[in-house]
Amino acid sequence: MRRVPVLAAEGIVKRYGDREALGGVSLAVDAGERIALIGANGAGKTTLLSILAGVQQATAGEIGLSPREVGWVPQQPAVYSRLTVRENLSLFARLERVGDPDGAVERMLEQTGLRDREDEELGRLSGGNRQRVNIAVGLLAEPAVVLLDEPSSSLDPGQRERLWAFVDALAAEGTAVIFSTHNVVEVERHSDRVLLLEQGRLIFEGLPAELRAAAGSAPRDFEEAVVAFLRARA
Amino acid sequence: MRWLLLKDLRILRRSPLLVGVLVVYPIIVALLIGLALSRGPSRPRVALLNEVPAAASNIQVGSGHIDIESYERDLNNAIVPVPVATLSQALSDVRSGDVLAAVVIPPDITARLSTGLERAQVQVIYNGNALTQSFVQNQINSELATANFALSAQLDKQASRFINLLVTGGTLPIFGSPLSLYGLRPAQTALQRAIAAVPPRERPQLAEVESFLGVAVQNIGLASDVLSAVSHPIEVKQTLLSGRRTPLNTFAIAVAATLSLMFVCLLLASGALALEREENAYGRLVRGLVRREVLLAEKILLAAVCSAIVTAVMLAGISIFVHLDWGRAWQWVVGLLVAGVAFGALGVAIGALAREVRAASLLAFLLSLPLAFLALVPSGSVAKGLYDVFRVISAVFPFKPALEAMDAAINGSSPAIGGPLLWLAGLTLLFALLGRLAMRRLGS
Repeated sequence: MRRVPVLAAEGIVKRYGDREALGGVSLAVDAGERIALIGANGAGKTTLLSILAGVQQATAGEIGLSPREVGWVPQQPAVYSRLTVRENLSLFARLERVGDPDGAVERMLEQTGLRDREDEELGRLSGGNRQRVNIAVGLLAEPAVVLLDEPSSSLDPGQRERLWAFVDALAAEGTAVIFSTHNVVEVERHSDRVLLLEQGRLIFEGLPAELRAAAGSAPRDFEEAVVAFLRARA
Repeated sequence: MRWLLLKDLRILRRSPLLVGVLVVYPIIVALLIGLALSRGPSRPRVALLNEVPAAASNIQVGSGHIDIESYERDLNNAIVPVPVATLSQALSDVRSGDVLAAVVIPPDITARLSTGLERAQVQVIYNGNALTQSFVQNQINSELATANFALSAQLDKQASRFINLLVTGGTLPIFGSPLSLYGLRPAQTALQRAIAAVPPRERPQLAEVESFLGVAVQNIGLASDVLSAVSHPIEVKQTLLSGRRTPLNTFAIAVAATLSLMFVCLLLASGALALEREENAYGRLVRGLVRREVLLAEKILLAAVCSAIVTAVMLAGISIFVHLDWGRAWQWVVGLLVAGVAFGALGVAIGALAREVRAASLLAFLLSLPLAFLALVPSGSVAKGLYDVFRVISAVFPFKPALEAMDAAINGSSPAIGGPLLWLAGLTLLFALLGRLAMRRLGS
């Protein structure tokens, strides 16, 4: 039986004046699927995610979901440092027009393990805990798809481990996850599919193992495979 | 919008420094303005060297007396006199900065004045910077002008009395002895009687003398009016063309209220919008949670209401010291809110352009001061072309119409409040549109 993607985007183009940031990128993600978006700096990862999230408008292309149905977790925590954990969750639950905002807050406090810090202002929390609140805000409306822009970039190894455990659990419950990262170890461990962007164009889409194979000459690890793949195209 | 407003108020409440400034600011400004307006200006300390001997302080002008000490007393009311005994002490006090100036009244002043022919001289020695000099100069010049005016009036009075005596006759005391003057008019009457009594052939010669006396009586009689005109050459007649002008004191209150409103409103509106970007929340909000226009309106409303409350508290504080018409309080509220909304719109435009809280605050501050300065430059104080430029700049920013609206609201001055409020509404639309366009920068 053919699976119906929860999010499909077709021919996404983004231009800033004469510069083309995205050149007709298409993708589809199924429920519970984890997609890693990789590429060099400036390849268009954040631009693609922010267009899918509705933060930016595409110059051309079609997206099959409205931004309100997509959970958005930007790279830098987009929460208010002068508000407490609970107040942040409560505010965004109401702005998201969640049916039961108080219930959603309680659920996210439980899921993120921040119950004992709920009355602390965000500004006093560690980077890892702020990122957990950032992710929790993105999940308040129980979106079918959650977009995470380099979610682990400012976290220490322990915090990263807890983050990925949380994300994997989300996917296991059926939420589709698209994340961008520079950490290729995370790609192998936590993604079902890889999208490789180069200068705004999608140059590879497949399983991490397929990317390794496409790189040829038995790379020692996944990072070497990505580099070799890019070199081969240059 | 309700949740965003509550969020911003909560953030404000948790910024103790900002809340402190918002609470303390109106109290301090109200106290300063209230005290400044309810007490007279301070008097400069001036060394006073009066070299006139006590016995010679009375000037005899004709039969009248002028007491030089009464003018000294008037001068003392305008300054804080520091009596000195010698010129060198006066100079030393001025040099050391103990006094701002020295006034030296020379010993021969009464003798010169009593001649009625010579000009007397008072020496004034200044020190200090240009501003201090100007202040002291104005105080002393004003008192000397008053003294000059009073002396001239006294001399004029004495001169008129002499002329009357000359025309009508009477008794003139000279050196304590009365001198009887016959007078031109009695002389003319006596001559007319004498002409009737003498033989006709002798009459023509006497008639010529009588005619001369008639002309003299007529023209010397006019001399009193001429003297009065010369001693008061210009009489000021004040006419107000239309409406009502505000006394300087109450206008100062309108200026203070508008300045406070502008500062608080610009800083709050620009800072609150820029904070959304600094907290990275802007992108999350505008991806469908909140329309950009609603976000702008929320920041404008927040800034307008907060700044209107702060300014209203300030006005209430000022009213403890200076009488303000509370019957016009509803106009204050309308003026404060409409002007607050206009300043709020300018604030969000600044916030969207600057993108960072610190840059937005700095830009708001840098913009506020020249705007207020340009709006307060009086016509005629600069070249006409430059003043026209100032007028155009003032017209496209909310300070001047806000000042006119607050002046009308507080003091009932002209123009009435309606025109400035309409203008402010137009500026609100203009700056809100500019802010909306500039919001594109927030997303980048």
